This record gives sequence, structure tokens and C-alpha cells, in this order.
Amino acid sequence: MSVSAVAPGAALPALRDPALRTRLTALVLAVVVLWPLLALAEFHPWALFGSDNLQVMANFLAGFLPLSTAADFLALLGKATLETLAIATAGISLAFVIAAPLAVLATRSLAVARIGPGPGGIRGAAARTVVRGVLTALRSVPEVVWALVFVRALGLGPGAGVLALAVTYGGMLGKVYTEILESADTRAARALLEAGSPRLGALFYALVPSAALELASYTVYRWECAVRASVVMGFVGAGGLGQLMDQSMKMLNGGEASSILLTFLALVVVADAMSVVIRRVLA
Amino acid sequence: MSLRLTDAGLVHANGLRALRDVSLALARGERAAVIGPSGAGKTTLVRLLGASLRPSEGQVAILDSDPWQLSAGELRRLRARIGVVHQSPPIPPRLRVVTAVLAGRIGSWSTWKALASLIVPRDIAGVREALAPLDLADRVFDRCDRLSGGQLQRVGIARVLYQEPAVILADEPVSALDPTLADQSVGALVAASQASGATLVASLHAVDLALKWFPRLIGVKAGEIVFDRPTAAVTTGMLHELYATEGRVLPQQGIDALDADLRADNVLVLKRPGCQ
Repeated sequence: MSVSAVAPGAALPALRDPALRTRLTALVLAVVVLWPLLALAEFHPWALFGSDNLQVMANFLAGFLPLSTAADFLALLGKATLETLAIATAGISLAFVIAAPLAVLATRSLAVARIGPGPGGIRGAAARTVVRGVLTALRSVPEVVWALVFVRALGLGPGAGVLALAVTYGGMLGKVYTEILESADTRAARALLEAGSPRLGALFYALVPSAALELASYTVYRWECAVRASVVMGFVGAGGLGQLMDQSMKMLNGGEASSILLTFLALVVVADAMSVVIRRVLA
Repeated sequence: MSLRLTDAGLVHANGLRALRDVSLALARGERAAVIGPSGAGKTTLVRLLGASLRPSEGQVAILDSDPWQLSAGELRRLRARIGVVHQSPPIPPRLRVVTAVLAGRIGSWSTWKALASLIVPRDIAGVREALAPLDLADRVFDRCDRLSGGQLQRVGIARVLYQEPAVILADEPVSALDPTLADQSVGALVAASQASGATLVASLHAVDLALKWFPRLIGVKAGEIVFDRPTAAVTTGMLHELYATEGRVLPQQGIDALDADLRADNVLVLKRPGCQ
């Protein structure tokens, strides 16, 4: 296109990319901020390869072999695996019940008042801020702390684990659902809201169909995380594989510990396969 | 009055002015086409009339009420009576055609009715009836990602036909269609407006379609209305000035509907089916 095609008086954009300076500044800032953080975190990966350290780690790992396959241990392992699956599944289900309504309230994609803007905008924005605050509060306390609290209230066992997962993961699912619903194609939802659709109508006719895959795979991924998290909670007495692992480690039985770890690997593989199947069904 | 703008202007959040001092009024059942070059403000004008943009200056009245003075509930009910055909149809690809069309009535349904219809579609016959004039009656249960761009655009039109609104607004409703289908689809919108008495405003980039189907033309350029008069009183000189295409061709869909010589500087004499 020739220069003369531009209307007289209109300023031509410069030949240098106006975004360049911002990007370079951001890059320099990132390095300046991250370097001291690495120093603070005592990040010395080369220490791993010192000869003493290698020996110590090798001894520790050697204790994990051979795998323990005693029949009574395997029975215990099977029961604990089922318990872990039950904790993770019940925990995620409860978390979903907490997260879904909060995400619908918190997402900006369903805010009718933002169109225009129309009436009720300030009230809506305030409600979204409050709900986001609730989600932050739920997930900012680690599940193991919740587990400690609930173990005191409910006694040792899986019940405490389920509640701890529900609370923390409810906050996480809610936050990420909110953001998925905002980053999906929101034009369809907006078009429906502009045609007088109620919130849930726009959610199920527009947002969920656009974002179903992301919502499903994030939920399955969280279920996988819940399986792992139940180990840590098991250490504080909330049941499942974790509790078994805790006992094996305390008795310095590396063989049992590695059998448990292998079970974890299998569970993660299962979660991955589930995710693939669900995504294929939804696609 | 069905639609009225009084000295309306709009400045986007980024400071760009899209419309300045726009005044127009349409009676109930009236049909008008908005034409003008790309970037003239046609879409903004349509969005002001559909209560999806709030004017920075001036007033809007839709079906005799100012949408921006209404309560949230009243505004929602008003919006349910406005049907908008979008340039790129806002339909998730995973939706089936039946659901995409049924969504047209979502504004007048209760939430429960809308959710129940996701499981058992409420009105398959009505959906087929809305798709028929657009040659899509056989695609009721297909997923929208199996459709071509042009078919999807027609599903968007069918959604508005099914909505049966009091005001139909169309923003470049046939931009993805070939000349014959474009003609047929604009015809379907006009027929719907005639049958239900709905006011119809369509922004079109093809001048010939506007001339053929609409008794009133509104020319928009650089955010202002350049002319607003009966189609019979629009001269080719005015059209050339609107598009600044002196001696060149006007943007057309390419149907052979025009009896008039678009290059001659005379008043256009047209045959317009459906516009007596």
C-alpha cells in the first residue's frame, strides 16, 4: 500500500514496533526479579552430583528394592488403594459441588450488567469480588492443614481426608473454572445474554459447549492430584495409601514403599487414560 | 415508534469515535437497510439499536422504552423481543443445529424450561419450520461443526426466525453466502418481518441486495448518516459518493435483480418483490 493512500493529516504509524520497548523491559525485569529468588531458594543443583551426596542417595534408593509382594501386605495395599480412590473421588465430587456454583457467580462471561453497561453493574462486580475472595480463602490453606483440623474433629480415617480435599480443591476448581469460562469463546454467551437469556441458559447453551473439554480435563487432572494429595494427608492420619506409606517408611521398609509408589504410578496412568476417554467422548 | 435514535453518538473505550449525531426513527414493521463502506459504523449502529451498546451521547428508544432506564428484569424482557443475526454466527461448534435454533427462544423461556430442552428438545417441528426457508430442514440433528460457514450463518438466521422477535436486527447477515443463497436468506428475513410485523434493520455490504429487498436505505459513512430516504429516491450518484467509488463498481452480491443501470446518474427504478 502506498503512502498516498492514507488520508491527509492522519499520522502514519512509526516503522518501529511500538510494543518492542515494553517487551524488552518485561524481559529484563523478569531476570532481575527471578535471580535473587533462585538464590533465596538455595537452588544449587550441582550439589546433587557431589560424590558424597550421590552415595547417600544411592543407599537410600537401594533400600527400596526388591518390591514387597507378601500376600498380607498386598491385601492391605489393595484395601488402601480402594480407600484412596474413594477419598479422591468423593473429595473431588464434593469440591465440584462447591466450585461449580461459585464459578458461575464469579465469571465475568455471564455478567449481563457488563453489556452496555446496564443496571446492577456495581452490585455484580462486588458479588464477583466477594466470591473470588471466598475461592482464594478456600484454596490458600493447604489440604494437609485442613486434614489436621478435620482429623481432630472427626477422628483418624478417610472422612477427614474427603473434607480436606473438598475444601481446598473446591477453591482450586472454582478459580480455574471461572478462568476457563472467561477464556473460552464468550461471543456465543454474550449473544444469548443480549437476546434476554437467563444466566444458566447462557451457561449451558453457550459456555459449557465451548469449554467442555477444558473443564473435563482439568477436573480429571485435579482428581489425579487428589490421589497424590491423599498420600500427604495419610501422613497425618487421614487414611488411604498415605497412611500405609507412612507406616512403611517409619518401619524403614523400602520394599513396601516402592510397591506403594508403583501403585501410584498405575493410578496416574489410569487417570490419564480416563482423561483421554472423556475428551474423546466429549469431542 | 419501534426504533428511535436521537442525536446518538458512540465513542469506544479506546477513544475511537464510531458514531456521531445519529438520529433516525423506524415505525413498527418498517424495513430498512444500512449501507456504507467498511468501518463506517454500520455494526455499531445495529448494536445501539439492539441494546448491546450504550450510546455515549443522545438517546435510544426500542419498542417505546429507553433500554438504559429499565430495571435488569425489564431490560431482559425487552432484549428477548430483539432478534440479532450476527455476521459470524455466535454458535459453539459442538452444539447441534436443533439446540442452536431452540436457543432463539431462551429469552422467553424459564431457566428450567431451557435446561430441560437440552435433554429433550422441546419443539423439533418448530425448528424444522424455521430451517425450511433456508434450505436446511434436513440438518436438524447435525452438529454445527459439520456445517459449512454459509450453512452456519443460515442457522444463525433460523435462530432469529424461531425467536419471532418484534425487532429483527441483522449485521451483515449474508456475508458468507453465495449470491443465490444470500438473496434467498435476506428474502427469508423480509418474509418473516412481513408475516409477523417485525421491524427489520439489516446492514449489508452488497448494495444490490439492499436495493432489491428494502424500501428504505440508510447510508452511513465515517460514523454519520449521509442519507436516509426511500430506496426509490436514492440516486446512483449518492451511492457512488457514499462508497467514494466514482467511475468504479459498487459492492454487489452479483444477482441479476437490478433493472437499473448503476452507472447512470438517475433515480433508480427497481423491481422489488415483497415491497409494494
